[in-house]
Amino acid sequence: MSAIESETPAPFGLGAYWICLRGIVWREGLRFLHQRERFVSALVRPLVWLFIFAAGFRQVLGVSIIPPYETYVLYDVYITPGLIAMIQLFNGMQSSLSMVYDREMGSMRLLLVSPAPRWFLLTAKLIAGVAVSILQVYAYLVVAYFWEIEPPTPWGYVTILPALILSGLMLGALGMVLSSLVKQLENFAGVMNFVIFPMFFASSALYPLWRVQEGSPWLATVCRLNPFTYAVELIRFAFWGKVDPVSLAVVAGCAVVFLAAAIIAYDPARGMLMRRGG
Amino acid sequence: MNARTTPSKAATLPAALAVEHVSHAYGARKALDDVSFEVAAATFAVLIGLNGAGKSTLFSIITHLYAARGGSVSVFGFDVGRQSGAALARIGVVFQSRTLDLDLTVDQNLRYQAALHGVAGGEARARGSALLQRVGLADRAHDRVRELSGGQMRRVEIARALVHRPRLLLLDEPTAGLDVRARADILALTRGLVATDGVSVLWTTHLVDEVKPDDSVIVLHEGRVLAADRAQAVMAAAGAQTVGDAFARLTGAAEEAAS
Repeated sequence: MSAIESETPAPFGLGAYWICLRGIVWREGLRFLHQRERFVSALVRPLVWLFIFAAGFRQVLGVSIIPPYETYVLYDVYITPGLIAMIQLFNGMQSSLSMVYDREMGSMRLLLVSPAPRWFLLTAKLIAGVAVSILQVYAYLVVAYFWEIEPPTPWGYVTILPALILSGLMLGALGMVLSSLVKQLENFAGVMNFVIFPMFFASSALYPLWRVQEGSPWLATVCRLNPFTYAVELIRFAFWGKVDPVSLAVVAGCAVVFLAAAIIAYDPARGMLMRRGG
Repeated sequence: MNARTTPSKAATLPAALAVEHVSHAYGARKALDDVSFEVAAATFAVLIGLNGAGKSTLFSIITHLYAARGGSVSVFGFDVGRQSGAALARIGVVFQSRTLDLDLTVDQNLRYQAALHGVAGGEARARGSALLQRVGLADRAHDRVRELSGGQMRRVEIARALVHRPRLLLLDEPTAGLDVRARADILALTRGLVATDGVSVLWTTHLVDEVKPDDSVIVLHEGRVLAADRAQAVMAAAGAQTVGDAFARLTGAAEEAAS
């Protein structure tokens, strides 16, 4: 038989969408497994914070009883949701970095010549990134468990999952929007400095908002406007088996807005691909 | 690998690729100016032009990376802008830059491409191994791409571009960076696809020696089509003995007219 005979290609049905999504997630997973340095650094970064920063601060900083906690918690327990969100933030930025790289190298175009609609391809790419970030988070949680950081009931490991999916989508979509704004790979270090660090520090990741409020009401306002704060709180509550409706609404809303912006940016008829000339 | 496609049937099909009055500009800079040409089914067409002639822009528009400001492109009668799914399903693309995942195996790269086109499982595997046979790399299926030579990578990319059985194959400067022998291999392989499998090919290059007298040639220069015909006819019209000579005369005349 001829290797390439063909008649009319089958129309892109529901099954084809599923195969396509699975293929994109599978490839992202394989690539991640092959980049061991990436996995190690994704794990080491939060652990450095946990073992060094939090260990030092636990003596200095007591955390009072604030929801969702019903007892005093150690500082390392307090910052764990922040570190989890940080893993996802870094992963989102890493994915967007690889999108800029892929765009320069051309493999982004391989994805975009699939007959599936572009919104679907971008969403699938986003889901693949979220899946990788969740792997990293659970790897971190395993180490944290041996550091005696665990939820009140083992169910916390289950209830955290939907929160991780939502926050991962939000942060990954944010990275995607940024990848469309960054014109060249070299500019990416700037993004790291101007997005990751302010987002992380001006949030409830390292200190509760009431403490920030005491120190600087202005900074507390910034923290309240920072979507990252809500990702942290969503994860914090979910890990403790609870739901914070405000965080849920903000994170879900931001995820939708960021994803819509990314889809517009990658639209063939407008957006940056045209301006840049591919 | 006997050819089961019948040329007579191919002749009744609409053109494999029809580019009609395509214009495009980046800001004030005009990249393409009223570009029109056709690639008939089961032919080898060469799009030839110097760097900066607009080949890449045209390539991006045909593959729907972005839409042209004016004009239209259709693939076997399907408009790339309005029916992009149907059009893209019929196109296989080999990009100028290497787009394989180096750390994945040859087979994994092919299966990723198959998945992007909605093909999975045994079907994807079967197609992949048949194609690797076709490009002479059946024994390398489970090697990492990183271990292959430049020419072998190109052959994998051609196999990959065919996994979803497109009828039109686009290759953007596929021989760039290859040695003489690998260049000849890739060219022969691609010509074979046209001759035995009835695939239509649009091959872009700036190397005139890749053109044969029987090929269709589209000469693109500074965003405009200077000639689009059989290579023989283009040479005759330009009063040239070789394709290179014809190309030099055409582009020279265009530059003179512009200055």
